[in-house]
Amino acid sequence: MLSQPLEWLGIDLLSAIVFYPLAGLGVLLTLEMLSRLFGGRVSAGLWRVAGFIVSMIGLVLSVDLWQTFDPSKSGMQLVEHMPWLPDFGINYYVGVDGITLFLIVLTAFLLPVILLASWTDIASRVKQYVFFMLLLQCGMMGAFLSLNMFLFYVFWEVMLIPMYFLIGIWGGPRRIYATMKFFIYTMVGSLLMLVAILILAFLHYQEFGGVLNFDYIGWNGAKGILDTVLHTDGSIWWQNQRWLFLAFALAFAIKVPLFPFHTWLPDAHVEAPTAGSAILAGVLLKLGTYGFLRYALPLFPQATLEAAPWLIGLCLIGIVYGALVAMVQTDIKKLVAYSSVSHLGLVMLGIFVLTIQGLEGAVLQMVNHGISTGALFILVGMIYERRHTREISSFGGIAQVMPVFTVFFLITTFSSIGLPVLNGFVGEYLILLGTFTTNKPAAVIATSGVILSAVYMLWMVRRVFFGAVTSEANQKLQDLNTREKLVAVALVLPMFWIGVYPSSFLSPMHNSVSGLLLTMERKGVDIAAYTGVRIHTRVEAATEGEAPRSSGE
Amino acid sequence: MVNDGHANDYLRLIPLFPLLGALISGIWLMFARKEWPRSIVILVACSAPIASFVVAFSQFLELATAKFPDGRFFIDNVYTWIGSHSFQAEMSFLFDPLSAVMVMVVTGVGSLIHIYSIGYMDDDHRDDKGFQRFFVYLNLFTFSMLMLVLGDNLLVLFVGWEGVGLCSYLLIGFWYLEDHNAMCGQKAFVVNRIGDFAFLIGIFILFWAFYQAGHPTIDFLEMKAHIGELTELTVPVPPWFATIGLAVPTWKLLTVAGLCFFVGACGKSAQLPLYVWLPDAMAGPTPVSALIHAATMVTAGVYMVCRMSFLYDHAPGALSTIAWVGGLTAFFAATIAITQKDIKKVLAYSTVSQLGYMFLAAGMASYSAAIFHLATHAFFKALLFLAAGSVILGMHHEQDMDKMGGLRRKMPMTHIVFLIGVLAIIGAPPLSGFFSKDEILLGAFLNHDVPGAKFLWGLALFTAGLTSFYMLRLYFRIFTGPTRASADVFSHVKEQPAVVVGPLVVLALLSVFAGGVMGFPDAYGQWLMSMPDSNSLRHFLSETVSTSEHHISLGQELGLAGLAVFVALVAAGLAAVLYFYRTELVPGLTKKLRHVHTVLLNKYYVDEFYHAVIIKPLIRMSDALLFRVVDQRIIDGAGVNGIAKLVRGIADNGIKFAQTGLAQTYVFVMLIGGVAFLAYLVGGI
Repeated sequence: MLSQPLEWLGIDLLSAIVFYPLAGLGVLLTLEMLSRLFGGRVSAGLWRVAGFIVSMIGLVLSVDLWQTFDPSKSGMQLVEHMPWLPDFGINYYVGVDGITLFLIVLTAFLLPVILLASWTDIASRVKQYVFFMLLLQCGMMGAFLSLNMFLFYVFWEVMLIPMYFLIGIWGGPRRIYATMKFFIYTMVGSLLMLVAILILAFLHYQEFGGVLNFDYIGWNGAKGILDTVLHTDGSIWWQNQRWLFLAFALAFAIKVPLFPFHTWLPDAHVEAPTAGSAILAGVLLKLGTYGFLRYALPLFPQATLEAAPWLIGLCLIGIVYGALVAMVQTDIKKLVAYSSVSHLGLVMLGIFVLTIQGLEGAVLQMVNHGISTGALFILVGMIYERRHTREISSFGGIAQVMPVFTVFFLITTFSSIGLPVLNGFVGEYLILLGTFTTNKPAAVIATSGVILSAVYMLWMVRRVFFGAVTSEANQKLQDLNTREKLVAVALVLPMFWIGVYPSSFLSPMHNSVSGLLLTMERKGVDIAAYTGVRIHTRVEAATEGEAPRSSGE
Repeated sequence: MVNDGHANDYLRLIPLFPLLGALISGIWLMFARKEWPRSIVILVACSAPIASFVVAFSQFLELATAKFPDGRFFIDNVYTWIGSHSFQAEMSFLFDPLSAVMVMVVTGVGSLIHIYSIGYMDDDHRDDKGFQRFFVYLNLFTFSMLMLVLGDNLLVLFVGWEGVGLCSYLLIGFWYLEDHNAMCGQKAFVVNRIGDFAFLIGIFILFWAFYQAGHPTIDFLEMKAHIGELTELTVPVPPWFATIGLAVPTWKLLTVAGLCFFVGACGKSAQLPLYVWLPDAMAGPTPVSALIHAATMVTAGVYMVCRMSFLYDHAPGALSTIAWVGGLTAFFAATIAITQKDIKKVLAYSTVSQLGYMFLAAGMASYSAAIFHLATHAFFKALLFLAAGSVILGMHHEQDMDKMGGLRRKMPMTHIVFLIGVLAIIGAPPLSGFFSKDEILLGAFLNHDVPGAKFLWGLALFTAGLTSFYMLRLYFRIFTGPTRASADVFSHVKEQPAVVVGPLVVLALLSVFAGGVMGFPDAYGQWLMSMPDSNSLRHFLSETVSTSEHHISLGQELGLAGLAVFVALVAAGLAAVLYFYRTELVPGLTKKLRHVHTVLLNKYYVDEFYHAVIIKPLIRMSDALLFRVVDQRIIDGAGVNGIAKLVRGIADNGIKFAQTGLAQTYVFVMLIGGVAFLAYLVGGI
């Protein structure tokens, strides 16, 4: 929709997606300054509307991206490359492939929904709120699209700052503790990653003739960091890919969060405002899993394979442990937070079993989790706004006073539980199917999450929504207003879409996911031996299209 | 490729009608905040299953009359649902004799129960009533059930499988203001999920095995075609098995897969040890108990086992397990039914017991007998539930049979149809239950593959006696003798309107005649009408499920049937003595057998056992150990905050002097550090 005006302006699509929030902010701030000059004052309401409009531009841009994207290619598309600090090999370098595509679409989709959802929730400092949300958007888009490792690190850190303020300013009573914990926790991981990035750049410098280059994939004939040969038995310990993998893995595992690095998450969620929780669960956590896919796996394939059993073990613990701990929470938000630990354990499992189904399921499940858990946080926020409590015990019988809200909450619950025809099932199923080929006991343990998720979600639903209305305060609750219904519908529709017709999402991933596995194989790891499935035949079959179906005989 | 003769685009209409009914009605209800006028609700809700029935019936006629060179089935492939590389799951429907029978039962009985519900739900006196909401759920259920029986592959079947579970959850907790109802709904869903867990594993095993064999598929017909290649496969036993000193068994892969699917069936069809949710499911409105928890959904497991019969034929171990679990469940549930006081509970345990019969039949590889009993049971159990609902309505929502009695004259129609239902279930010739139960017993008697088949046959025969006893007890306690209801209630009891009684009459007719029409044994057919293939259902199904030929003489057939009737008669006589002629004997007998009676009345304390052994420890462990100790004390307390304290300690005692508070200094130091590090690397020192 916007591709022609962009062409006319000479702006490439990906840059537009990364920087539209900043451009929007620039325009808005200038307008505000001008109006101040003439004695006017921009009201909070106007800021909300303006922020929403900017976020909608982002959504339109991402839909354009989806349409422009060519699913038949496996490499990076729409690549842009511009020198930034050329002497250090630091370039502005972005591109998109089938793995990034839907994370971009998800991010662009969630922002307007979240802004709309927090319309009345964020009452103070609206201008700052819009500012931070848009800045956060820029950081997330940049981190997803970066193909220069230094640029990636910059965006990665850029995201932290607005999140820090979102929790710190609009958060709950223990917001300072939570936001410090969040910040420092993430920082520890990312500093290690920075060191690893610098080492990678140096190794690349050593191998490819003394040119410092942070480009992840080679540009214009030059070699990228991905082409560097990393040893498993380097003479110097820090040149060993095991250590580099560990540094990256720690940064990403904290972000995911993988058990046992998860304790910042419940605190951050409980203290964060609805918008903060939704964006945190919806997008930020995906950067961890995305990091594994984009960097840890292809850069350090040998180390990945060595670490996989351990990581799978942590995933399994996370799946079961997260679910069990979620079960006994008394605060709805904390329950959803722990359920995230469980769900993301499953996503990580899908990644580390290194099968096509597992990986595609994992990417899809990232999107699913973003929508479903984001929706859960938003819905919990709606009731929090009315009752100023999230204690499960202070509810009961909400279904009678807020029937529409209940329907949306139930749909979201079942999406999170993984009921077929809703989104969660497709991702979960593919991950488990992919896991089964590689690691059968792991698949069996992970599948038990199917039972546990039903237990903790439905138990909560029963205590909140069913039974008699016991509390006086609940008696007078108003059902959703039009704005809230709009938000809920916007969130529920993609759940059905992905659940009923996942091909729109799975087909563009196919080639990039097989490409990822092929890259790892090219670097000398024997994935076939690990998964028990020969990869080459699979990729050939993927390009041939679906196998002819025979019925009968 | 799909042959032209097999493609049939009408099939998608069958589930589509109820789906549309549910969607249109449901979306309206959600956003308009007002119910439609009841006439429109009824029109939309009831026309959906009836339309499906009409389409299904027309396709059934085509199916039965068409000539196929390569198997009798229609396929409707709508689109590729999930495609990830070698894994392809089509959204497609299969209409073969097996699914045809199921679709007819589901839409037929479903339509009747929709109509009955108009009357039943009309005077809902509760605060959380929802006439339209009820029909939305009912339509949604019909849709899911049709997906289940029409699904052409395991995943579409699973869509229906989970969908019916969802509707069951919603409908059990329909009157959600009472926490007990919501709890029962939750219990049903969670217990079903335990089965689903195993079901999913079963799908994974099969897909993986077929993938290894070079035919990645979960499609029923394709699996059936290639199952022979998997028969020799065994499951790799994990090495730790040997290390802990266990004997290393060889598990056939198909047996393991078959057992996984059967655990799924145990959840859905309420077999040991996962039957506990079904009696509690009676918290839902009575039409729901009839439709979902008696006639259709709970039989999904039986259907699935028959659908997968091509697998079970190669998995004798799994089949024997099914037979034993089925037989034991039949007996076990029947013993509980003897003591229950709530009329719906009696019927619920009776359903569990009858489902056990169906699994017994499936386990003996007489799949057509299982489906036959499934169909007749759908008729007479729906009839019994709906008639019980009529009684409950008449008694102003009283379900305790201790407060009934003497309703025979007050509700004459209900009385007659209930009696027909009772006679059908206890196997009185020539009602439908007689033929279907007879075929099951015959199959068990002739089976030589299942270890202990003769014992199971005896158990089933004895259970038939129990069935006769508890059903007649129920009948006598409700309809005969002096009433135990209060005079006020009793004086207001009256017969229900036609919309309630009408479906009862239709079901009563089906209960009487369906058995003889569908499954008149070949031996009798030969004898009476010189028709050697009078068991039409069996011959129709034999094109889908493998049927072992029973070669049995007329005398043997008559003898076995006579034995079953004799057992039922003796038990019936006993019930008549105790609950009709000499009711004063009962208290004494109860007292004499009070230990047995208490155990049975409390359902062997199975629920209490599960609660004490599984649920409570799990919650305690999660809360006290995992959350409070591991999460809060160890990881967060000792780990995260501990490190934070340590760092702060160090900082307080030294490093704080480096903090000048000048931002420029920090930036400068940071820059130096970064540059120095890079220089160090580039320099390659």
